[in-house]
Amino acid sequence: MDLSFGSEYDEFRVEVQSFLANNAHKAPKGNDLRGQTAKDWQKLLIENGYTARTIPKEFGGFGAEPDILKSRIIAEEFSNLRVNTGLGGQGISMLVPTLLEMGTQEQKEQFIRPTIHGEMIWCQGYSEPGAGSDLASLTTSAVLDGDEWVVNGQKIWTSTAHIADWIFCLVRTEPDAPKHKGISFLLFDMKTPGIEIRPLVDMTGAANFNETFYTDVRLPKHQIVGERGQGWQVANAILGHERETLAPANTAQTRINTLIELMKADTADGERLIDNPVYRDRLMKIQGHVMAMRFNELRVLSARLNPGQDAGLSRMITKLEGTELRHELEGLAIDVMGEIGLAYEDNPHLRNTGSWQREYMYYLGLIIGGGTSQIQKNIISERGLDMPREPKIEKSR
Amino acid sequence: MQFGLSEEQILLQDNVKRFLNDNASLDQVRKYAEGGSDADVWAGLAELGVAAILIPEEHGGIGMTPLDAAIVAECLGNNVAPGPFLGSAVMAPTALIASGGDHGEMLAQLAAGTHRVGIAFGEAIKRRNNAGIQVSNGIMNGTSLFAFDAIADSYLVADQNKHLYMVSADDTGLTRTLLTTVDKTRQTVELNYKDVTATCISTNVSVFEAALDIGRVMLAADTLGASQDMLDQAVDYAKQREQFNRPIASFQAVKHMCAEMAASLEPCRSMVWFAAHALADLPDEARATACHTKAHLSEVGKAIAKTSTEVHGGMGFTDLVGLHYWFKRIGANRQWLGAPEHVRHEAAILQGLVA
Repeated sequence: MDLSFGSEYDEFRVEVQSFLANNAHKAPKGNDLRGQTAKDWQKLLIENGYTARTIPKEFGGFGAEPDILKSRIIAEEFSNLRVNTGLGGQGISMLVPTLLEMGTQEQKEQFIRPTIHGEMIWCQGYSEPGAGSDLASLTTSAVLDGDEWVVNGQKIWTSTAHIADWIFCLVRTEPDAPKHKGISFLLFDMKTPGIEIRPLVDMTGAANFNETFYTDVRLPKHQIVGERGQGWQVANAILGHERETLAPANTAQTRINTLIELMKADTADGERLIDNPVYRDRLMKIQGHVMAMRFNELRVLSARLNPGQDAGLSRMITKLEGTELRHELEGLAIDVMGEIGLAYEDNPHLRNTGSWQREYMYYLGLIIGGGTSQIQKNIISERGLDMPREPKIEKSR
Repeated sequence: MQFGLSEEQILLQDNVKRFLNDNASLDQVRKYAEGGSDADVWAGLAELGVAAILIPEEHGGIGMTPLDAAIVAECLGNNVAPGPFLGSAVMAPTALIASGGDHGEMLAQLAAGTHRVGIAFGEAIKRRNNAGIQVSNGIMNGTSLFAFDAIADSYLVADQNKHLYMVSADDTGLTRTLLTTVDKTRQTVELNYKDVTATCISTNVSVFEAALDIGRVMLAADTLGASQDMLDQAVDYAKQREQFNRPIASFQAVKHMCAEMAASLEPCRSMVWFAAHALADLPDEARATACHTKAHLSEVGKAIAKTSTEVHGGMGFTDLVGLHYWFKRIGANRQWLGAPEHVRHEAAILQGLVA
């Protein structure tokens, strides 16, 4: 057991801290993907290696060698001060790593630089009305017509489609192949004729999701990542990674600390909320659980650093445990506030900008999205505990 | 940076596991529970160095860390093994060493496994009806309820001021009454003191706290081991048991119960490691972490004890598969040295959250 990062890393931490002390005021508040402040902040972060850190310089990144501990230190220091960590979105978090792994040189050159600088926004076309948990049964088709793919079908949960410049999309190109082997991974411009976007308002009141419809959408043949029929592997190259990062424990830790501050500041019948033993016990219970998840993450981190170390099921369980825990944490804050916990949007009595209700619902969304809790339990029991799959039901016709 | 067990620690784990599988099988645990002795198991464990694990070399020990001790505790929980590990190998040596007093002789005997110390801390944590201890001028009167590692040569007793005393089992003023509890893998005793000679070990509260904190982490580690075994037994049983012409392990209802157990338990392993490591290396975090670890493992363990029993169906409820020994062990670990609500309250106090 050795929890020290070593002197090189202590120096690096000081460097990050001093960057934040001098520059944190320039960070954007909120999540405006298109704003100039966000783009300027992103550029500053890339120049200093605090985001896009390991993306090669030739594609617009900082070009550092992968260093898990340095990435960890950056995440910790930004999280401690609650400073925006740069642009997110599915282009940056999913497409760029996919292109780095499976894309052609031309694709890397064309797409990575504008994407990481916030000049090219992407949406992801995976789920369909009939293909949710069973994603590989998707039916949106692409047929080759000369030098062009012609796409027809419908996608759902297409986050940010309404502001996206491009889409990365899973389509069926080999209708006669087994379902996992008939899918291809295409890239195309969202201004292409034949695309219709309908916003899908979610329970938080936001319309980040969309339904998107594709009618004879034509794109050049070369806008494919990987080979024909390889789309499932291309998409899965990074899907597991997405699940691990949906509910990081250091964010949960920050939220617990914010909740403690709230419970010290707010009163009921003149008594601080933290002095109510029932609320305090619930708080402590969740704090202990968050602590366990933090140490679980340390184990995951350590297993990455020390190949050969047994990580057990520590990676496989983070999505399930992390999202359920965050939902519970946010829900506790609502409970302790009584009626004030209901405040939303423009209510003058909001606490912490109304984030408690918003995140409470948002994390319910994450419990469902990215592989539902039930799918996670299937994965844990089948791959982690080696339990058999449920037998397939024969179709009765 | 390396968060996990070293090669030496994995070797220690393998050795203790192998010994316990040979010497503390369910049949042997059953014999102990029905009135047998743990002398052979403890002698064997002492031979492996388990009794000496935390005692410095100068006193005949092997001077290992709380994390090494937690590994042993996890193995003992795995097999619901009897033996006075918690009192004699962990809490008593920790208190004696922390006191700074001259206890070389007793430490050497503890290291050899030839002296046993029971633990009577209940009254310093939460004093219940009909219990309480008074000490004046080295004379102890009163009652300790539910002292554990009951069959002992000496008892380490904490009074309500968190002062520590050692009393001898041979003292004529000491009456010992074995108490039946649900957990028959370890014995519990009521101690009545009438003008008993009490040797003061320390009036420094931090000595009591050192023994208490490590005791809590060890109970958490024991629950970790017992819970892991209950999960493993449930998965194995579900793969073998067939209903509706297929293994019940192929039903999602059963798989999801197992997945929930695994998902809640896996972070507990890291938590126990960290808490044990913190005892030696991170004094600022150690106390609150010990409280949270004790509470969290108690909650997760309780859920697993129930769920694993349910996966076993009717068999889980019987004495035939013996699963109830694990269920009860986890239940006892939960109550000793502060039940969850109590230790969470302490965690809040330690963070300055209680007015």
